[in-house]
Amino acid sequence: MNATTSFFTGFQFSDLGFLAEAAGRTLLISVISVAAGTVMGCIFGWALQAGRWWIEITLGLVLDAFRSVPLIIQLILFFNFFPLVGLPLNPFFSGAIILSFYTSALVANVARGGIEAVGVPMRRAARSLGMTYWQDMRYVVWPIGLRAVFPSWVGVALSVVKDSALVSVLGYVELLRASQILITRTQEPFIILALAGAFYFALSYPLSQYSARLESRWKS
Amino acid sequence: MIEVKDLHKYFGALHVLKGIDLTVQKGEVLSVIGASGSGKSTLLYCINALETIEQGEVIVDGVSVHAKSTDINKLRQNLGMVFQQWNSFPHLTATENVALAPKIVSGKSRQEAREIAVKQLEHVGLGDKLDVYPSALSGGQQQRLAIARALAMEPDYMLFDEATSALDPELVGEVLDTMRLLAEEGMTMICVTHEMGFARDVSDRVAYFHQGMMEEIGPPAQIFGEAQSEQTRKFLANVR
Ligand SMILES: Nc1ncnc2c1ncn2[C@@H]1O[C@H](COP(=O)(O)OP(=O)(O)OP(=O)(O)O)[C@@H](O)[C@H]1O
Ligand SMILES: [Mg+2]
Repeated sequence: MNATTSFFTGFQFSDLGFLAEAAGRTLLISVISVAAGTVMGCIFGWALQAGRWWIEITLGLVLDAFRSVPLIIQLILFFNFFPLVGLPLNPFFSGAIILSFYTSALVANVARGGIEAVGVPMRRAARSLGMTYWQDMRYVVWPIGLRAVFPSWVGVALSVVKDSALVSVLGYVELLRASQILITRTQEPFIILALAGAFYFALSYPLSQYSARLESRWKS
Repeated sequence: MIEVKDLHKYFGALHVLKGIDLTVQKGEVLSVIGASGSGKSTLLYCINALETIEQGEVIVDGVSVHAKSTDINKLRQNLGMVFQQWNSFPHLTATENVALAPKIVSGKSRQEAREIAVKQLEHVGLGDKLDVYPSALSGGQQQRLAIARALAMEPDYMLFDEATSALDPELVGEVLDTMRLLAEEGMTMICVTHEMGFARDVSDRVAYFHQGMMEEIGPPAQIFGEAQSEQTRKFLANVR
């Protein structure tokens, strides 16, 4: 045996566990970012729709920046920025925070579209029954708007799962980073990338299935 | 009693209502007619404060509608409104559409709210459509659903804004019949309408609006027979 074979070892069964664990981290950071980003995005979307003009302009500008600056640049910038303001955060927290804001910028547009989909006449009808602004929001705008933009929201959520791969640049060992580590060691990129792809698919499939079922139930 | 006193309404620079004075007594049916853009819808929106006003006052049963201290959500329960578009809540069945406001606004129990809904749906002739979604109802049925939904709050007043204008001609009759039924039951109603037959047969008084002013008001016999105003006569000559 020469030195090369002892340095590069082939793909082993235990590596599957390593990938699965990394997929778990991808799932964790995605779920947190989508959840936090959706809550923030709904608030931002509402502010864009209902707020005064200066809110619409300033908030719109900030959200546009989050949407248009490549995520990888945002990640590196903020990861190096947090320590400067006395917030040395680990890669996971930095990544989750940036990814959440990025998601919120995407969701804000979706949420605003959902509110606008309901329309003024419908909302006047609700208010004419004596509903308060928030009752109208909760019982009329939310259910109707949600149905209108749910497919768009699912699209955002699925893209965030994939975009979470970029958090690997901060050193967070999620699915993509784990694959790169294994490829370096095993020199078997094909099998490992195929496996990583399968894991991404497995993470996304339940959501797209669930949403498809929900949508067909709403239609009937 | 609904009292409108010197009501002025602007949309930006556009002076849409130019000093309206109007009193509607309990049990009265008032039809409002007039050309498109004369401010008829805006008047209704000002009465239940879906629009703000710039000058004057609206008083319903002694309560000033636009006063800061007025609980407008409580007041609106007493002022049912039916719009040109029926605005059914598409995610709820007919019964749920009607039961929603009694449940969340009046705090009725689920059971009570359902009973109210069933009663009002039967009232407007939709007793066989209780668990149907609006998408499966015709325009006329959805408009009657909207009437039932407003009635479920047990209002003393009903405001109709061209309730039949968006309907196919063959569906107009069923909605007018429902409105006629309410009138016979003694409901106080203000009906903005283009249905001159309805205005003549059902109303106690008819008001003709012209360019943001109430040009003439009087019993149907006066308006349709011997209108005082040249404008009124001209308008009626054109619509008939
Ligand atoms: N939200 C609004 N913003 C600006 N202008 C408005 C608004 N609503 C109504 N207007 C204008 O106010 C005027 C009166 O409108 P209104 O809807 O009260 O007329 P109407 O008598 O009900 O007419 P129609 O028979 O077409 O329903 C019109 O010139 C209309 O363009
Ligand atoms: Mg109108």
